Amino acid sequence: MTAIQFETPTSVDDAVAALAKANGNGRVLAGGTDLLVQMRAGMVRPGLVVDVKGISEMVSIEKTGDGFVVGASVSGAELGEHDELKAAWPGVVEAMELVGSTQIQGRASLGGNLCNGSPAADSVPAMIAAGGVCLIAGPNGRREAPVEDIVTGPGKTSLANGEIVVAFRFPNRPAHSGDAYLRFIPRTEMDIAVVGAGVSLTLDDGGTCTDARVSLGAVAPTPLLVADGAKALIGSKIDDGALEKLAAAASAACNPIDDKRGTIEYRTQVAGVLARRAAQIAADRARSN
Amino acid sequence: MARHHVSTTVNGEPVDFLCETQQTLLDVLRDELRLTGSKEGCSSGDCGACSVTIDGRLVCSCLVLGVEAEGHEIETIEGMAEGEALHPLQQKFLEEAALQCGFCTPGFLVAGKALLDRNLNPTETEVRYWLAGNLCRCTGYDKIVRAVMDTAAEMRGA
Ligand SMILES: Cc1cc2nc3c(=O)[nH]c(=O)nc-3n(C[C@H](O)[C@H](O)[C@H](O)COP(=O)(O)OP(=O)(O)OC[C@H]3O[C@@H](n4cnc5c(N)ncnc54)[C@H](O)[C@@H]3O)c2cc1C
Ligand code: FES
Ligand code: FES
Repeated sequence: MTAIQFETPTSVDDAVAALAKANGNGRVLAGGTDLLVQMRAGMVRPGLVVDVKGISEMVSIEKTGDGFVVGASVSGAELGEHDELKAAWPGVVEAMELVGSTQIQGRASLGGNLCNGSPAADSVPAMIAAGGVCLIAGPNGRREAPVEDIVTGPGKTSLANGEIVVAFRFPNRPAHSGDAYLRFIPRTEMDIAVVGAGVSLTLDDGGTCTDARVSLGAVAPTPLLVADGAKALIGSKIDDGALEKLAAAASAACNPIDDKRGTIEYRTQVAGVLARRAAQIAADRARSN
Repeated sequence: MARHHVSTTVNGEPVDFLCETQQTLLDVLRDELRLTGSKEGCSSGDCGACSVTIDGRLVCSCLVLGVEAEGHEIETIEGMAEGEALHPLQQKFLEEAALQCGFCTPGFLVAGKALLDRNLNPTETEVRYWLAGNLCRCTGYDKIVRAVMDTAAEMRGA
């Protein structure tokens, strides 16, 4: 076996250059909580591992005029300790905090959760609902893409060879906005989502919903942006009728698998229930700010 | 073939070692540095028997590469007692019989100490969530949780 090379670049350009030299055989290492498990199992055999945690823009959280720019490799524990981000985007932060145990939280990142490409990744529906945008760097320069455009199938992404997600941008919140993420698992900790649901919404002064985004995880080959779910909420006061329509839209969007965690029928039903509950929490949060 | 030369700090002592990229920090601690207190239960992040802290942050050493230790401060179970003097949590585990076979114990102690370093007044729920990534096949967890709660009470002088 040839030796696996290891690099610790301190700039995005150096990381991109290192990956370009590896001709598609390089892997980004963030928290390693997916990558190291896969390497040990022989599922991936990189020729080069590029640890990106020495790149300051990938491990810091910045408040800008437009909102927040969150480094893709910031750990879940650090996200949870960032009071300002938590106040603006509680749903995104609570979704990432659901990932794994205390030990996993010390390492796991939003970028790794997304780029690993799992349909059940917890932070991804929350980021999609939040309207998160990926700031991407690669051999052809920088580009941006909405979070929902990244995962294309289980373990597959739209990132080109050698591209890195540098950070995520989350917009500023208008008054009366809130988001929430809920997942269902058989245990209360340390399990993979049977269903995950993220909702973000904005109300006007009278309490009518003016903007909403709804996303589901673990019910299809990729996390889903559910446009009909948003339509059910917009224009309503998030009353029972609107929540009923949201639940129906969420269930209708499902295209799940049958496995030991849940049958197709079960996942489809639970998706509606969770979307509805997440919308209620998001609305309560929106009414209180 | 090129092995990486890594300079790090383990339990307050400067340490140098050589390792290959795919060797985990757990492999290095156990096989190169002969610090065998950290246990390998699963090597997939599920059991917590390999818990250590890096710059004060609790992690599974089976999910960290040895090369990532460069320039950081690692604390393992071997650094928990001060000489012969056990840490209060170690003392309490003995007094309250919070272990049977002992395989999970180093991980629980390192994880429990990391909690107490941050919060000397945790609720039982907080203790249970904090330790959810540490598995024990013997004790049923109750005595472990109680030992952490009792140590917290003792350390805050209650
Ligand atoms: C015990 C355990 C419990 C877990 N529980 C959960 C859970 O409850 N919910 C959940 O969703 N997941 C869970 N996971 C999976 C994992 O922890 C998460 O997916 C985590 O967010 C991955 O982040 P990471 O930084 O560790 O990624 P890494 O392992 O470092 O990377 C994952 C993949 O993404 C690539 N990558 C990483 N960052 C970038 C980037 N910035 N740009 C391009 N590519 C990148 C890597 O090359 C690799 O292929 C669990 C894992 C373990 C071991
Ligand atoms: S050996 Fe590391 S978590 Fe089990
Ligand atoms: S005491 Fe045996 S595994 Fe915990």
